[in-house]
Amino acid sequence: MRDTGHIQLPPSPGVGYKPQHFTAIMGDPGPVGWLEVHAENYMGGGGRPLAQLRHLSERFPCSVHGVGLSIGGEGALDADHLARLKTLCDWLQPASFSEHLAWSSHDSAFLNDLLPLPYTTATLDRVCAHIDQVQDVLGRQMLLENPSSYLAFSESEMDETDFLAAVAGRTGCGLLLDVNNVFVSATNLGYSPQGYIDAFPLDAVGEIHLGGHDEDEDETGAPLLIDSHGRAVVDPVWALLDHTLARTGPRPLLIEWDTDVPDWSVLAAEAHRAAEALHRVPA
Amino acid sequence: MTSQAEFRVALLDPHQTPPQGVVTPDGRPVFKRFDVYRNNVAVSLTEALETAFPVLRRIVGDAFFRAMAGVYLRQHPPRSPLMMFYGEDMPGFLQNFAPARSLPYLPDMARLELAIRQTYHAADAAPVDPATLAAQPEDALPRLRMGFAPALRLVASDHPVHGIWAANMAGGDNPAHRAETALVTRPEFDPLVDALTPDQGRVLSALGEGARLGDAVRLGGAGFDFGPLLTLLLQRGAIISLTIEEPVS
Repeated sequence: MRDTGHIQLPPSPGVGYKPQHFTAIMGDPGPVGWLEVHAENYMGGGGRPLAQLRHLSERFPCSVHGVGLSIGGEGALDADHLARLKTLCDWLQPASFSEHLAWSSHDSAFLNDLLPLPYTTATLDRVCAHIDQVQDVLGRQMLLENPSSYLAFSESEMDETDFLAAVAGRTGCGLLLDVNNVFVSATNLGYSPQGYIDAFPLDAVGEIHLGGHDEDEDETGAPLLIDSHGRAVVDPVWALLDHTLARTGPRPLLIEWDTDVPDWSVLAAEAHRAAEALHRVPA
Repeated sequence: MTSQAEFRVALLDPHQTPPQGVVTPDGRPVFKRFDVYRNNVAVSLTEALETAFPVLRRIVGDAFFRAMAGVYLRQHPPRSPLMMFYGEDMPGFLQNFAPARSLPYLPDMARLELAIRQTYHAADAAPVDPATLAAQPEDALPRLRMGFAPALRLVASDHPVHGIWAANMAGGDNPAHRAETALVTRPEFDPLVDALTPDQGRVLSALGEGARLGDAVRLGGAGFDFGPLLTLLLQRGAIISLTIEEPVS
């Protein structure tokens, strides 16, 4: 039977787990109350990755975050990959499973990036059908994450927030609200990030992501932010988080840092800042 | 309408214009904004290949490797989201990659580095107790069959593939030319690479395919001594089962 509540993780700071932090996290996790792993890194047969994950899961609630399912793809979901996700979830019994509103595979090629899709009634039907299939196969509710956008589609018929609200309403999935992605997309596409949050179906939010981005410009000199997960969260994103938490109340709050991964102390400092943001919010 | 087929072609070909229908917020055609995705794809796949093939990269140098990766990733984009196994077509690619022909051992080095990653992620298995083997009656040994850990890999080469790998890992000189078979095992969590003679490699390969010990050792040639290979396999925890075939009466 499917869970109906959207929040499965503790409403505390979590971090994206990196193997180089294993000893530090097991020794002193600081304010970190849960961990998130990328599903695809734990799809081997055994060895150190699965042994470490087993140890971690005995101590921390875990979130499995997929980056390769291509839920926004035009074609059918990769049945082999969905079966691998089921094997992992059945073995680990994570508190949460999440994936992205994006596509990454076409025909037999996997492009290893989260690629954008237009928001139309046709893409809405397709995404909902794929999420129904995922939730049926895994036997659990999933969370769907809002993307970082660098461009728009002339064929789009609706706002991203309306699209996500419709997906959550039709499939019963929860949403993963990445506040840095909101800031990146709003800057790149020229809308208000606070307005996006206010229009977002916040009741469905089961997890919040925070991460760092890089700053660039397009060929016209317009700002172009790039979701790199390679540095600290910037102040305007922390402010947008406060704006969000004031409306949602405390939520599981993840720090993502995937490239140029720093020492544990740097990541722990970000987790402390996340804990302070959560403490400012009335429960 | 923007099709994902069109998007994919433009992603992997920097000379293509971005697909129809992807626009800036005020509806103009995109250039650099599309390049963000192009860059993400090319950089992330190049990094995945750098992680997969550290010794290949050391041998050919960073600039050559990056240029080669750029050709490879367009000819052979990943076929699955498991990036830890990306690069499975590298040996065949290198065989036909003209700029790499002066280093004929590169395809075998790619096979060895792929084997090391497969070994790292292979299923766990408990090794047999060496005492179990010692307890077998000597006259039964020719009828012995061995089961091997899922982590075990063999890479047979006409080149000193283990020696070149080890020299690049430790920073030494390349060994003299000879044929070698590399044995990759995982006693605990970290893969270990050992050198076998081609004869040892043939014997172990036959055992891995289920041959009886008595038949397998014949492939090692006259005077083949199974002792050193057996000692190594036991040290590496590579044997996980032993069965004796009953003699035909």
